[in-house]
Amino acid sequence: MIRTTPFHPRLSELSTTGLWSHWAGYLSAQKYDMSAKHEYFGIRNSAGFFDSSPLYKYWVRGRDAERFLAGVLARDVRTCRPGRAQYTIWCDDAGFLLEDGVVFRYSDNEFMLTAAEPNLGYLRDLVGRLDVEVVDVSQDYGVLAVQGPRSREILARLSPDVAALPYFGHTRTKVGAAAVTVSRTGFTGDLGYEILVPAADALPVLDAVIEAGTPYGLRPFGEQALLMARIEAGLLLVDVDFSSSRYAWTDHDRVTPVELGLRWMLRGIDDPERPFVGRKALRAEIAGGTSRWATVGIVVDWQDWDRVWTQAGLVPPKDETPLDYESMLYDAEGGRVGYATSFMYSPVLQRHIGIARVRPDHGAVGSTVGLEVTVNHQYETVAAQVARLPLFNPERKTA
Amino acid sequence: MSQTTPTRAAKSREYDAIVIGGGHNGLVNAAYLAKAGLSVLVVERRHLVGGAAITEELYPGFQFTTFSYALSLLRPDIIHELDLVRHGFMPILMPSSFAPMENGDYLLLGPDRDENLKEIMRHSAHDADAMDRYEHDVERVCQLVKPLFDRVPPNLFGKSPEDLADIAWLRSHLGDAPPKVLHDAVRMLTGSAADFLDDYFESDILKGYMASSGIIGTKVGPMSQGSGLVLLYHSLGEHDGQFGAWAFHKGGNGGFTQVLARAAQAFGVEILLESEVDHVVTRDGRAVGVVLGDGTELSARTVVSAVDPRRTFLELVEPRELPTDLVENINRFRFQGTSAKVNFALDGAPRYPALGDRTDQYRGFTNIGPSMEYLERAFDDAKYGWYSQRPYLDCAVQSMVDPDMAPPGKHVMSCFVQYAPYHLRGSDWDTEREKFGDTVQATLESFFPGFGDLVLHREVVTPLDIERVVGLSEGNIFAGEFFAPQMYFFRPAPGWSQYRTPIDGYYQCGSGTHPGGCVMGAPGKLASGQILADLRKE
Ligand SMILES: Cc1cc2nc3c(=O)[nH]c(=O)nc-3n(C[C@H](O)[C@H](O)[C@H](O)COP(=O)(O)OP(=O)(O)OC[C@H]3O[C@@H](n4cnc5c(N)ncnc54)[C@H](O)[C@@H]3O)c2cc1C
Repeated sequence: MIRTTPFHPRLSELSTTGLWSHWAGYLSAQKYDMSAKHEYFGIRNSAGFFDSSPLYKYWVRGRDAERFLAGVLARDVRTCRPGRAQYTIWCDDAGFLLEDGVVFRYSDNEFMLTAAEPNLGYLRDLVGRLDVEVVDVSQDYGVLAVQGPRSREILARLSPDVAALPYFGHTRTKVGAAAVTVSRTGFTGDLGYEILVPAADALPVLDAVIEAGTPYGLRPFGEQALLMARIEAGLLLVDVDFSSSRYAWTDHDRVTPVELGLRWMLRGIDDPERPFVGRKALRAEIAGGTSRWATVGIVVDWQDWDRVWTQAGLVPPKDETPLDYESMLYDAEGGRVGYATSFMYSPVLQRHIGIARVRPDHGAVGSTVGLEVTVNHQYETVAAQVARLPLFNPERKTA
Repeated sequence: MSQTTPTRAAKSREYDAIVIGGGHNGLVNAAYLAKAGLSVLVVERRHLVGGAAITEELYPGFQFTTFSYALSLLRPDIIHELDLVRHGFMPILMPSSFAPMENGDYLLLGPDRDENLKEIMRHSAHDADAMDRYEHDVERVCQLVKPLFDRVPPNLFGKSPEDLADIAWLRSHLGDAPPKVLHDAVRMLTGSAADFLDDYFESDILKGYMASSGIIGTKVGPMSQGSGLVLLYHSLGEHDGQFGAWAFHKGGNGGFTQVLARAAQAFGVEILLESEVDHVVTRDGRAVGVVLGDGTELSARTVVSAVDPRRTFLELVEPRELPTDLVENINRFRFQGTSAKVNFALDGAPRYPALGDRTDQYRGFTNIGPSMEYLERAFDDAKYGWYSQRPYLDCAVQSMVDPDMAPPGKHVMSCFVQYAPYHLRGSDWDTEREKFGDTVQATLESFFPGFGDLVLHREVVTPLDIERVVGLSEGNIFAGEFFAPQMYFFRPAPGWSQYRTPIDGYYQCGSGTHPGGCVMGAPGKLASGQILADLRKE
């Protein structure tokens, strides 16, 4: 029997579509409203809330917690001060990506790690003799993301501490009577927050957020709107933009952080004081320049897009629904140079955009690649420019 | 080039081009000219650019789209060519259309096709698939007509190789169309909205809702021949590839013209505010500059009028310098504005009894025009020189989707009203302004009981106000009626539809030129192409 999150009793009342998907064993709204696009507009123009509760959550605690995580995670968690969070990854010893998540540092020796997939066994296996406990608290909390330009004003009405939170900061605070953690994090690339709330308090907190937010146009949004926003934001999605090395059958389906555009996470990789899983392989990759891919944004040439469809007697489609398949990329001679892993029409940018993997020699910003599209059941190629991720990056996100 | 900021004194006495009027067409025109490397000055009479597309805080905390309020016809290529996204272009598509009925029922159309069909079936099972057929047929007509929209109209009277090539293009473009599509186009262009809609639909509410697009801004009723053309015109817009889709721009249509101004300035355009052009200076039949109201003379090789045809030909230059035919044509060019606005600051969202506490129905247009008969009767008043006693209203509560428009929990409501003829029989608009406002408010009260209690502030905008403030003659919102003899190669006058004028170096790019009014930018863009082509020839 499918489970429901602590917010579900209220969310099910808000759903006008009855469209739910199964996410990590829970019911998760695809869209509350007939049109996901309008939920997306809510995120970009006012504010929306999303139920992220199905994420896995682990307390990592103990005297050696920092040392433990510094050895598991590829990004140096020692640079994360209490009250801060980091987007992070962990790799296998070949330097291939296993997963990504967010680590929240509560104190010197207390962290919470979130992940899309179960990781308790993996983490515990790596503890060895360290003084660390890893506890799965996935079911103990609900997580409510409140995202969009008005999110700060809305949450500050409930908890004034929120107003001062820096990007990727978090704080223990109260919403009504409930003790919560509010972090300035999210998956939309906009100004936004996530509220971690004990399951028993989830409903009153949600109700308070709705009440505070309604005058500002706050509305719920489902997975479909989230998945649009995250492509614009250049946020990678497991099983779409990469797969976990552990479950891949061949290296074609594996990717390293450098290849995924996450080289910036490896700052300090040469520090001998911090051995971590995959370090040796990653250093060799960097030193040898052996990366097979660069991960880039692509922005389709609008005139070329219109041309191929109009010539075929069709109305050029501008569909914000992300494609659920890869699109091949070619060079001027028709040679294959990569593929787009995510692709959509972005209403904010008014362009077709994608997240793509290209051969490193084609990764220069501004260079042109040919994107394969199917028009009238025939392959056509449209020009696209390589661009820096994220493609949509409003000042308010970090300001 | 570095970004300029609007000024109140021109930085120079000499420009390559001076654009008269900082409405959206003037800005678009200026931006394209500057992008091509010209030094360009836009001269705007008011303290802000945008013309009929502005947003103003007329009541503390409430942002009013004083005049135009929604966006659909903007040509998509302008968005890209002027890099508008970088300057904040942000249309918020309307998810729904709400049409209250006099018996308390309603038609509420949303983003889901099947749900819409079910909603239509509530009123008429017959009309459900009619809707699909109607939309498909109209989209095909739009596909046929759109290339005409985006090109300079051919000069039917010209004999040059270019003219002949243009005419040949038109003939082959229309000749390639399937007979049904061409016939539908002619039915729409010449007939009434009522006749066209009657061919598909039977339900009053659906027909009233659809026919409303056939009367906007124009002195026709849905049963008048010619309303089909207005209906087609309003179907030609698009957003994100969806034909006929409408949006509220972030910050209202004034938010949009501010984006345009920033884009123009980024190309180097200089904007001069609070400066009226008194007249265009000509020498030997050639425009050489402009004189401002304060006597300042500025020179330019190219002068572009972005105001309406009456001002372009009869006020900014001497009609005596123009061909008599043209002067006669402009003198009989019909303006006869018939639209008004009543804008409200509201303490909360209006309540529609049949929908209880719901407010999501207000995320798009709310259309008070429950039947074609209702619309036609509203028109009857106007025929005899009076405003409608039961007016047609197109209402927009922009703050429902854009919290920047009003304080939290409060709302702005923009009501576009017809009919309000510019010429009142036996009275004038200064006398009637508030009585007219009361008539509109009483109509709203009849659909939304308790509406009056929500009103914090009311702003009545009559056709006279439109003329006085924006400068649109007789308050015609499109700078000239959408009548067939005033469209395409006849807009604004036969022989002068290609943005040139009989005075060398003097051009026109306002809504009185092809394709016409609405926030679309096409006149401004098409004119810039002609100007640049002429400069290359010189
Ligand atoms: C009430 C109303 C509602 C409307 N609603 C919509 C809508 O919802 N959607 C839509 O698409 N369209 C709408 N329209 C139509 C649309 O707004 C206009 O067609 C369009 O904005 C006209 O743009 P323009 O640049 O051609 O001219 P204008 O906007 O008229 O600009 C002309 C400018 O020239 C200036 N000017 C005039 N004379 C001089 C001078 N001598 N010297 C210097 N400056 C001068 C004026 O101050 C003005 O700024 C509406 C119009 C009105 C009036």
